[in-house]
Order: sequence, then structure tokens, then C-alpha cells
Amino acid sequence: MTNSVHDMGGMHGFGPVEAEPNEPLFHAACEARVRALQRAMEATGVWTLDGFRAAQELLPAVTYLSSSYYARWFRALERQVVRHGLVGEDEIVAGRALRPGVRLNRKLTLDDVKEGGIRTFERPATAPARFKSGDAVRTKNINPTTHTRLPRYARDKLGAVEAVRGCHVFPDTAAIGAGENPQWLYAVVFTGRELWGEEADPAIKVSIEAFEPYLSPA
Amino acid sequence: MPADNHTHDHGSELSEMQLRVHALETILTEKGYVDPAALDQIVENFETRIGPHIGAQVVARAWIDPDFKRRLLDDATAAANTMGGFDPVAAHLIAVENTPEVHNLVVCTLCSCYPASVLGLPPVWYKSAPYRSRAVIDPKGVLAEFGVTLPEEAQIRIWDSTAETRFLVVPMRPVGTEGWSEEQLTALVTRDCMIGTGVPRVPQEATR
Repeated sequence: MTNSVHDMGGMHGFGPVEAEPNEPLFHAACEARVRALQRAMEATGVWTLDGFRAAQELLPAVTYLSSSYYARWFRALERQVVRHGLVGEDEIVAGRALRPGVRLNRKLTLDDVKEGGIRTFERPATAPARFKSGDAVRTKNINPTTHTRLPRYARDKLGAVEAVRGCHVFPDTAAIGAGENPQWLYAVVFTGRELWGEEADPAIKVSIEAFEPYLSPA
Repeated sequence: MPADNHTHDHGSELSEMQLRVHALETILTEKGYVDPAALDQIVENFETRIGPHIGAQVVARAWIDPDFKRRLLDDATAAANTMGGFDPVAAHLIAVENTPEVHNLVVCTLCSCYPASVLGLPPVWYKSAPYRSRAVIDPKGVLAEFGVTLPEEAQIRIWDSTAETRFLVVPMRPVGTEGWSEEQLTALVTRDCMIGTGVPRVPQEATR
């Protein structure tokens, strides 16, 4: 979902940023397992990275805000395995498998993890880039009910293309199983005043990484 | 406080989550979807191999080698991967340089995208609602909470990580470090100064 509480840029009321001294890598062993489980399940290709983000955005707003980061991941992960038919609700309740798994195309192995490897979202271009560095652009005013990576605070704003990043997997379609649909990606920079009004600090500039479908010539 | 407060403030939530996570891992393993050895290795990589020490090496190299810095600012993934000594940087990495005129700050307002290849896992505050909400509208207020004050005339440039590009801030080299070795300089580079919420350690502090 697009206009949900995950889209936090510019919101007030969350209080100060509090850094935890000597913060541990994980606050509990289960946090590490959740991170690893999501990585392994994403590698099966049943859902995409954007599909997983969308699953978190679909959590009820109150749940999203009141859950720790990894609790949110866990809830989204549980939701994904059920929604994609990999695990039954009855199995979640039972806490064990009640029938064999469905056949998947890929499974993350120990060797895969040891080797690491490049994980790229860049794809060959199917059309020339519409914009170049220095071009004035206006972001679109879109409010899709599905996943998007155009934050609310940067919609219908005048900005400038600062860099062309290449052609990348388009989250808006990848998240909903509608394909990678690669699109040109740009760094688009806005003045603080364009985003936040005349009272804004003139020393601020903000950039987003904007996919071509988010932009119109200005 | 709302989202992302430290989980040890939520003892009951945590113990319930531990049970449910264990159950889900059991189910996914029994059904043949995941290999527990692969899961262990993912965790071990974060615990022993991937962390801000990698980014610190990249920054220190940029401080002493102008040609490397040029290549880093041009294509950070390629430049970092010429160094060796750590796992290859998998992300589309973009290095942004602090100068007396411009201070860079990295955030992900929509989730918590972070340059894990060079910094490891993000701290809780980076993933928290206060940081994600305020970095783009009140960066000076956020920096003040980290004890960072900038010269009056400095511009602040915020990078919102809305795609699969990842940002590494190259902070300014501290004065008084002329002639320092790459290894000595690496020790000055903190995680926070590579996010933009800190500045490098001052030389006296590092040699203590």
C-alpha cells in the first residue's frame, strides 16, 4: 500500500532520535533467524524484495508502528508464506509441518551464502533514457493502492535530474507479481523550500532515487 | 515510544516472537524450503565478516589516494572491489563526499535501506520512525541530537534511499593526520560518520 504509515518522510510526532550505546548486532537470537529466513525465502524467487516490502506495508498501521523492526519482518514473512501457499494456516498453528512442501525452483545453499556474489537490480535498457543530468522534472502526483517507491513528500514537486543510474527493476510492478518491467532510474534533487515551503531551511537539499514513470518534463 | 523502540523494552513480545520464529523455521525446514546450515552462515557473515570496518577501509583509502577517491566517486562498487580483503560489495554503491560546503546525510524514509555490504546491519535508530521521519525535514535537529553542529554556511544534502542504490558518505579527513598510515586513519572512521550523523574521531581520541 502506498499511503500507509511506512511512508514517514516529513512526519512529526515521533520524538527524538535515540541512539543505543554499544548496541548489539541483534537484540535476540530470533532476530538473526528472522533476517536469515527472509533472505533464504527471498532466494527461492517466490516473492521479490519489493514484494516483501509491500507485505510489511500491508500490516495494519497500528501493528506496523508498535512492532520492532524484526517483529515487523516476522509478521510479513509469516503472511507471505501463507499467502503464497507454501505453508498452511493449520501448520502455523501446529508449529510444525503437516504435509510435504511444494516444489520450488531454487533453494539457498550453504555454498551460495559462502560465495556471496553480486546481487544487482540493474537490467539492460529497452528504450533510451528520457531524461539527462540537469533536466528539470516534476514528480507525478500518484496515489496507487499498491506498492510504490515515490514517497508522498516528493510527489508533484519540481526537481532536477542530477544523475542517471541505469535501468533497474521497477518496484511498483515487481512487488505485485507484474514483472521486473525495468525502468530508468535517476537521482532527482529538490530544494528544501520546494518540499517544505517558504519557511524551510534554505541550506537543505533532498534527493530521491526516482524511476522514470514517476517523472514528467518540467 | 512507538515503532522500533529497543526490543528489550518489550519482554513479552520478544519471548512470544522467539517461540513463533522457532516454529516457523521448523516448518520451513521440514518442508524443505530452507537449509539451516545456510541460515547459520547468513548470521555468521553478519557477526564476523560484514561490518563498518569495511567502509572504514574504503574511506581511509580515499583519504590517502586521490586516484582511488576519483574512482570511488565515479563508481564506488567497482573501486571498493579493487581493494580486496573483504567480501565483494554486491550493491550499486554510490560514494558521496563531504566538503566544507556540503554535508551529506543518508536515510531511507520508506523502509530502512542501508549499505550493508560496507556497513553491515543498521543500528536501531536508523530504522526508527524518528530518524526516518525527520532526516528529510529537520536534518539539523537530527544532527544536533548526535552532537554534530555544522558551520552556519554549510549546505546539508539528504539522500533518501528509495531504490536499490546505496550511499556511503566519505567524511572529511580530520586535520592533524598528515603522514598517518592507512591503518591509523581507518581507526578514525566511525559507522555514523559514513551515514552522515557523525564526524570522524579526532586524532587525540583515536590514539588514546
